[in-house]
Amino acid sequence: MGDRIFATFTMLMAGTVFLLILIVGWQLWNGSRMSIQKFGFHFLVSSDWDPVNDQYGALPFIFGTLVSSLIALVIAVPLSVATAIYLTELAPLWVRQPIVSLIEMLAAIPSVILGLWGIFVMVPWLRVEVLPILQRYMGWCPLFHGTIYGPCVLAGGMIIAIMIIPIITSVSREILVSVPHLQREAAYALGATRWEVTRIAVLSYAKRGIFGAIILGLGRALGETMAVTMVIGNTPQISASLFAPGYTLASVIANEFSEASDLYLQSLFEIGLVLFCVTILVNLLAQLILKTFAGATVKQ
Amino acid sequence: MTTTVHNHRMRKGLSACISVFTLLCACMVVAPLGLVFIHLVRMGASAVNLDFFTHIPSGPGEPGGGMANAIVGTLILLGLACAIGVPTGVLGGVYLSEFGSLRVNWAIRFLCDILNGVPSIIWGIVINGLIVIPMKSYSAYAGGLALGCLMIPLVMRTTEEVLVLVPNGYREAALALGIARWRTTIHIVMKSAARGIITGILLALARVAGETAPLLFTALGNSFWNNDLSKPIAALPLQIFAYAISPYDNWHRQAWAGALVLVGFIFTLNISVRFLTRGKPVRV
Repeated sequence: MGDRIFATFTMLMAGTVFLLILIVGWQLWNGSRMSIQKFGFHFLVSSDWDPVNDQYGALPFIFGTLVSSLIALVIAVPLSVATAIYLTELAPLWVRQPIVSLIEMLAAIPSVILGLWGIFVMVPWLRVEVLPILQRYMGWCPLFHGTIYGPCVLAGGMIIAIMIIPIITSVSREILVSVPHLQREAAYALGATRWEVTRIAVLSYAKRGIFGAIILGLGRALGETMAVTMVIGNTPQISASLFAPGYTLASVIANEFSEASDLYLQSLFEIGLVLFCVTILVNLLAQLILKTFAGATVKQ
Repeated sequence: MTTTVHNHRMRKGLSACISVFTLLCACMVVAPLGLVFIHLVRMGASAVNLDFFTHIPSGPGEPGGGMANAIVGTLILLGLACAIGVPTGVLGGVYLSEFGSLRVNWAIRFLCDILNGVPSIIWGIVINGLIVIPMKSYSAYAGGLALGCLMIPLVMRTTEEVLVLVPNGYREAALALGIARWRTTIHIVMKSAARGIITGILLALARVAGETAPLLFTALGNSFWNNDLSKPIAALPLQIFAYAISPYDNWHRQAWAGALVLVGFIFTLNISVRFLTRGKPVRV
């Protein structure tokens, strides 16, 4: 009798995760019903964000989110994968654990504190030192055109990169660790050098898993809120320049939700719904790749 | 012959170059940690004094003031989050490891990992819609609930991971003595894995302690003392955010000080975790 109650009770507790996803989805949908009815599909392709005239379109935010996440991936992926390779294949044994610990510490720094550092250290540094140089030598490219304000899409992408590097590194590292030793030994037996072993035996075996790690990082990048809000400039515009301020789905919610009401509020809920659906899909893909990766026991 | 030797040297050289390159990448990955830490100490240390821990915020431009109410507020919010996240997460983890079928467990684990990936700002607006709007007030309860929801999947996964490490012999021995299954689970299985479970809880706490986005529209923040949990409450991350985006110099200094204290708190939690797991084969 006691057993059955206990088992049922724990089952209910485990079931809450299912319930939570339903509640979140339902609340977001319910909160944005008016906005969905009024704007329909147009909401996603309109770049009109005008609370004064009650017109709402999410395109600038979708654009900003995609561009900043893309910049983050361009910076974070090579660094993270190279670090993971260094930590599992090339580094002397005694440096591995300290570096892993440092990366765990980096992951533990709250988003708001990275944002604080971003506002007062990284953005001024970019404005004074980096961006003018980039503009002088790369100014012909539309990406590096335009006035330099300081807060910009590039700064947002860089701060997201710092936030997703730890997760991509640690998941890639676990993937690489899970590659069977026989793979490596076989390549060594053929006379391969250390790098050749890594390239031929390890990376080709692990590339699907590393891809999963990258997608997982993308999921985090899309939803990153505080640090990005603090450095991206918060202007709903679509500009080819990386030096122009932008806006993301998460940061428009963070900035405007508390002062919104009626249709404005509903539109922000709809933006939340878009963000929720996209991150769920991306994470679903990442988990499917990681869980079907042979022999990998990956935790996050 | 000479070409093979030459070739071999090239290959060795390439291998060495790549080792150096990946080492540089690892240094660049760790560099932001050092930079952030240096600035935290340089900008924050001077403002961390007794006043900081005993006073409530002062107005813009006024010297002095502290974040006592925000520190207490964060502790209250973490307490509320634990009250929601720990029982649910731990018992859910017990279900995953002790009962449950293969397929159901796979699904729940999968959902946990998906939930971990939901942006935390989403929790903020969902709890706002569910609690704050019907109650017509921002409240500590809402903030605690938002953080608790974030904790549930984290605690559930770590609890499960440590419970499955408990040898089956323990369970069989207890059952053979005629002890009921639920008693076995609580007194034998969970007790022998207690250290690991606590580790998981501390890690989840460290993770949510710095969360700002879920609190923006739930706990809201407060520049005064507040003992009423159904009213807006201050929290360290919220206060840091508000000060960071303000135009006042003395508030900026306070933001750095708050950040230093918050990072100190989170690192202390993480280090105590390392202390707890030291010499234990528990992988968390």
